[in-house]
Amino acid sequence: MTGTSIDFVWLAPALALVGFVLNGALALIRPTAKTLVSIIGAGVLLVAFAVSVVVFTGYLGIHAEEPLVFRYWSWIPVGTLQVDVAVQVDQLSLVMLLVVTGVGSLIHLFSIGYMKEDPGYARYFAYLNLFVFFMLALVLGASFPVMFVGWEGVGLCSYLLIGFWFTEEANANAGRKAFIMNRIGDFGFMVAMFMIFWSTGSLDFDAVFAHAPTAVAAGGTTITAITLFLFLGCTGKSAQIPLYTWLPDAMAGPTPVSALIHAATMVTAGVYLVARCNLLFAMAPVASAVVAGVGALTALFAATIALKQWDIKRVLAYSTISQLGYMFLAVGTGAYAAGMFHLATHAFFKALLFLGSGSVIFAMHRAYHHTHAHDDAQDMRNMGGLSRYMPWTTALMWIATLAIAGVPPLSGFFSKDEILTAAHARGYAEPAWLAFWGLGLLTALLTAFYMTRLMLYTFHGPNRTGEEAQKHLREAPWSMTGPLVVLGLLTVAGGLINVPELYHGNAWLHHWLEPLTQASAPLLPDVHLTPSTEWLLVGIAVATAVIGIVGAWRLLQPERLVPASQAPAERGFARVLRNKWYIDEIYDALIVRPIVWLSREVLWKQVDQRVIDGAAVNGAARGARALGWANRWLQTGQVGMYVAVFVVGVLLLLWRAMS
Amino acid sequence: MLLSPALAISAVLFVLGVAGVLFRRNAIVIFMCVELMLNAVNLTFVALAQSLGLGGQVFVFFVMAVAAAEAAVGLAIILAVYRHKQSVSLQNMNLLKDG
Repeated sequence: MTGTSIDFVWLAPALALVGFVLNGALALIRPTAKTLVSIIGAGVLLVAFAVSVVVFTGYLGIHAEEPLVFRYWSWIPVGTLQVDVAVQVDQLSLVMLLVVTGVGSLIHLFSIGYMKEDPGYARYFAYLNLFVFFMLALVLGASFPVMFVGWEGVGLCSYLLIGFWFTEEANANAGRKAFIMNRIGDFGFMVAMFMIFWSTGSLDFDAVFAHAPTAVAAGGTTITAITLFLFLGCTGKSAQIPLYTWLPDAMAGPTPVSALIHAATMVTAGVYLVARCNLLFAMAPVASAVVAGVGALTALFAATIALKQWDIKRVLAYSTISQLGYMFLAVGTGAYAAGMFHLATHAFFKALLFLGSGSVIFAMHRAYHHTHAHDDAQDMRNMGGLSRYMPWTTALMWIATLAIAGVPPLSGFFSKDEILTAAHARGYAEPAWLAFWGLGLLTALLTAFYMTRLMLYTFHGPNRTGEEAQKHLREAPWSMTGPLVVLGLLTVAGGLINVPELYHGNAWLHHWLEPLTQASAPLLPDVHLTPSTEWLLVGIAVATAVIGIVGAWRLLQPERLVPASQAPAERGFARVLRNKWYIDEIYDALIVRPIVWLSREVLWKQVDQRVIDGAAVNGAARGARALGWANRWLQTGQVGMYVAVFVVGVLLLLWRAMS
Repeated sequence: MLLSPALAISAVLFVLGVAGVLFRRNAIVIFMCVELMLNAVNLTFVALAQSLGLGGQVFVFFVMAVAAAEAAVGLAIILAVYRHKQSVSLQNMNLLKDG
């Protein structure tokens, strides 16, 4: 205990948990009490955000170099394995705490308007509060197991919220897909935990990072295996190759959920994990290269798919995967601060984009509801020209688009540029990173292109919604646009937290995280770029963004689009992209079908039905029956014979006892 | 001391009892043979009580009491069986046999 406001950090997750309990009770008892649910649901988050700010200022006040660990009670005391329920407050967890509660509050406020008509309103807020609780457990946990509880908990909430409208089978299936894909990743996380305990003798962050440099050899097999297994966990949670396919399907959930869980917070948990374990990853250069390589490849791969999606949310989903790839490129490169920086700015602009798309879908849905049409409210081919009806949303989404494309001086420009510069710089020491830099740059071009395409088809050109529905299109209520405005401000100004020294900024986030990354810094190659090279890189990045935006603006013709119901199928390469490189089909053919076949034909029909049911269960019964049948002649019903056998037995026993 | 002859008699009586139970068919005779075995044991108790203390003699009373109770129940059962089957031969009593 420090005697300062930091002691109250437990209030943040506790408040979210209280919100879950109250809203969960209301969902069961009085699901119609929507006002009360809104007050509790959004209220606890706003108070939690206030707590976070107070804790943050308290932490600024004490100038702590070491992480503060608050141990509450003993959780798993088994021999040398001592796991406490403990919370760690340090520079990294504070950044995450502020992002989660801050962006979370805005999305909760937005949800009040977005979900107003939904019959599952109380259940929705209960899940959302529970999610925030687990997310805070994830970022505040002071040991791998506590973090893992949060890690699993957010996965559970993600599953519950993806399948929120579970009466449609597709939504329930999407939830299951997310859950199973995450399970594969969690296997990696758990194996990594076992190996960490086995080699360092502890699972607490402070003890592990203190012992790791002496307990395991840097660059050795053990540390490489640990970090690669950890990264397997990250690929599941943060939707990277090869486990990314669940995230686009996760768009089946309500749009604010996509914004909070599948863009701003949960999916960044993997980046947070790598940043948290930066020492371990710095000790394993091979694993770091894998992280960076997978990140760069994912970034490009997802960006190509985003080029040809028509569902507005799916474009954003692939964009999220792509941006997460950037973050992994950063942390794999060793630019941990840059990765966290992009995590924060991405949380702002991607939440803005998702909530903006939520506003659009809300308006489209309402218009179709009035006209009783059954067209797809999320298909961009049914939109077009919405800027005339929704000026605020249009303006704010343009800001976010420019930010994600990397146009200065918006937040995304600073963070993305820092990642590309770091990758390029490491390329001088290890040439592989020059390739990663190239992939990143290409991704930046595609990002600018597909985001401009999204804006162009959604908000500009002629309207394709339909004559009648068009009259009902209008801006969402202020309770929804308000959070968008705040996120817009953050998107514009978010870059200020880490303006590089190149622009005479103070690189605040970089220095803020230094106490946590200083141990890994000596293990990384030390390359310094000259200012002229840096300016050149900035020029290239900005030019790429501009080419992408202008190119999309000139090449694409929204006038030639037709509504989704009349649109022809794509041909050639566009069809491959439209069908996501057929990755789902390939996974289905290579993994799902063989497993289903194996389960049905071998495990079920052979192992279960024949071996277990047939040989073991019925076989034992049959054996007993055969034994009885064989010995039935012994039972004559003649008491005299039984007595004779008895006497013979007694005599035998006596004889044994005597001799 | 008459220990050895007493034990010998009791052994002979016991074997006679066992043989009777094994080879006779009539339930009443078998019943009497059981009593014979009990009394053989009683004789052993009394004989050994001379050297091993009074406990054996006390035990004889218990055996006699139990034997009396057994006689009451056993004769009642035999009577019931006779009423049912018009016979006390154990050869006709094979209800425990399957089928």
